[in-house]
Amino acid sequence: MHLRDVISKYGILFALIVLILVAGILSPAFLKIQNIINIFWQISYIGIIAIGMTFIMIGGGIDLSVGSFMALMGALAIQTVNALGDTVGSVILSILITIAVGALLGAGSGFLVAKGRIPPFVVTLGAMAIYRSLVLNFANGGVYMSRSTKYSSIGMMRILELPVPMIVFLIYVIIASIILERTKFGRYVYAIGANETAALYSAINVDKIRIATYVIGGISVSISAILISSMMGSVSSSSTGNGFELDAIAAAVIGGTSLSGGKGKIVGTFLGALVLGVINNMLVMLNVAVYLQGLVKGLIIISAVFLQNVRRSE
Amino acid sequence: MKKVLVFVLVLLSLVTFAAAKYRIGVAIPAADHGWTGGMVWWAQYAIKQYAKDSTLEFTLVTAREPSEQVAQVQTLLAKGIDALVINPYESAPLTPICVEAFRKGVYTVIVDRGIESEEYNTYIAGDNYMYGYLAGKYIAEKLKGKGNIVIIEGIPSTINTERVQAFKDALKPYPNIKILAQQPGNWSRETAFQVMQTLLTKFPQIDAVWTGDDDMLQGVILALQQAKRDKNIVLVGGAGQKEILKMIMDGNPLVQIDFTYPPNMISTAINLAVMQLKGQNLNGFYQKGMPRKIILSTETITKENAKDYYFPDSVF
Repeated sequence: MHLRDVISKYGILFALIVLILVAGILSPAFLKIQNIINIFWQISYIGIIAIGMTFIMIGGGIDLSVGSFMALMGALAIQTVNALGDTVGSVILSILITIAVGALLGAGSGFLVAKGRIPPFVVTLGAMAIYRSLVLNFANGGVYMSRSTKYSSIGMMRILELPVPMIVFLIYVIIASIILERTKFGRYVYAIGANETAALYSAINVDKIRIATYVIGGISVSISAILISSMMGSVSSSSTGNGFELDAIAAAVIGGTSLSGGKGKIVGTFLGALVLGVINNMLVMLNVAVYLQGLVKGLIIISAVFLQNVRRSE
Repeated sequence: MKKVLVFVLVLLSLVTFAAAKYRIGVAIPAADHGWTGGMVWWAQYAIKQYAKDSTLEFTLVTAREPSEQVAQVQTLLAKGIDALVINPYESAPLTPICVEAFRKGVYTVIVDRGIESEEYNTYIAGDNYMYGYLAGKYIAEKLKGKGNIVIIEGIPSTINTERVQAFKDALKPYPNIKILAQQPGNWSRETAFQVMQTLLTKFPQIDAVWTGDDDMLQGVILALQQAKRDKNIVLVGGAGQKEILKMIMDGNPLVQIDFTYPPNMISTAINLAVMQLKGQNLNGFYQKGMPRKIILSTETITKENAKDYYFPDSVF
């Protein structure tokens, strides 16, 4: 293998290592164990959503609603626990309800895309506006506060010194890569994204698979919403989840997922989310001036993707 | 004689009927973070106070971006309004439409973010300078002029810049106070939490944190608690959010002070428009007209007076 092939194949990993080295040299505190754990913690919410997004994007779709969808699911979880009372049972029940509703709403978007023949961009753009408006409406523009201490302790809990959101994220990555890369369903997801017509002729139930990717998206959003809302003990109807769709899509794309479908890997998205997390952390660690943060972030993202395309551009 | 009487009566009823309707348009940004959410709530609250007054009719519109707000004001003008109360989303893009309203004879009240013209009737705003300055002064005095502090500021904007500059001005007499870091928390609890988490890892000793508002302060408190460093640290936010006020009221040692930047300035602005339309003047003023410019003072909230600022029903 030529050097450029190696760089291309492991481009994202390569970019990540360079980033970590640079950040570590410029600010030694960056390499502290606690900071590394913090980075995993901080990317877990976006990361989980980005995994759902990866399924949707490989299947040839996109989901712009994830940010406001997350705010809605977080609000639902908090309100359900508040209504049911501060017991372990009600916390578990509300988590299950939230995941179920998330899956259902995801199926709804998927159904409109697959059966309604509406472009996914349009369906999820509409959903984004609808979800945000519902969240704002029920809270009157204010904040949903959790009254349950049991619920708000989940997001802050640690197992073996590791924060729960990080553990959930890592487990999610493993399960998702098994589903996507080791099952028949996973192969079908690639197939419908790469060439829908060919998939149809191979007797794949394209609509069903497509809806299923959105269900996975909805479940991912719900899990992320539960983690973030329990950690903050609240959901702000106006700001929670703002801009998450861009970060989630960015993580997937940096990780090599194709915007036109058929291509992508969970581990890529995982590394993509990590790149985003490292950049955000680095900007703070190095105390980069406020106005220039966007410039630094943008340059790093573009170069990271460029590295992966070295071979193709030759 | 009778005819004249009838004529006068009809005329009178016509005049009262026509004058009975004061139509007021209220245009504000949509709730995109805690404070704007508060402003929407207070606008609705003020309008509700006039629910029984049949001489008044309100139209409240909220916009997600400047061009949407321009379109909304155009619609209000087309519909016909006697007064416009507007918190411009951005100064420059909203200037022409506000000037147009003013020139049409609509009583125009500009709230908080000024326009780039003097063609309006009344301007009412909070005091961004003192908002930053008082926070800086308090922290410097509390630390007795020596210590390491961190600034977590809002979304990059002129309002934010003015506050941060004032904060630094207040610190000038204290050379032994060191600003370790200055990072944006975007007026968001989640972002402030992450930024603070990172700063706590980097700096072993932080003596004080100033966040641009109370939303971000809550994120900072969570990060401190999680790192078990929520002791011996001076914390100041701002704007008087109800959860923070509750902490001050309850004598929580973490937060002891707050400074107002009241979202209910929109309610005051609505009242100013109503008073103007009804020909009332301000109590205590020898002058008949409404003041042209009002800068509300940044009030200091402590344990003693916190209950006067605490509105449990408000969303902010």
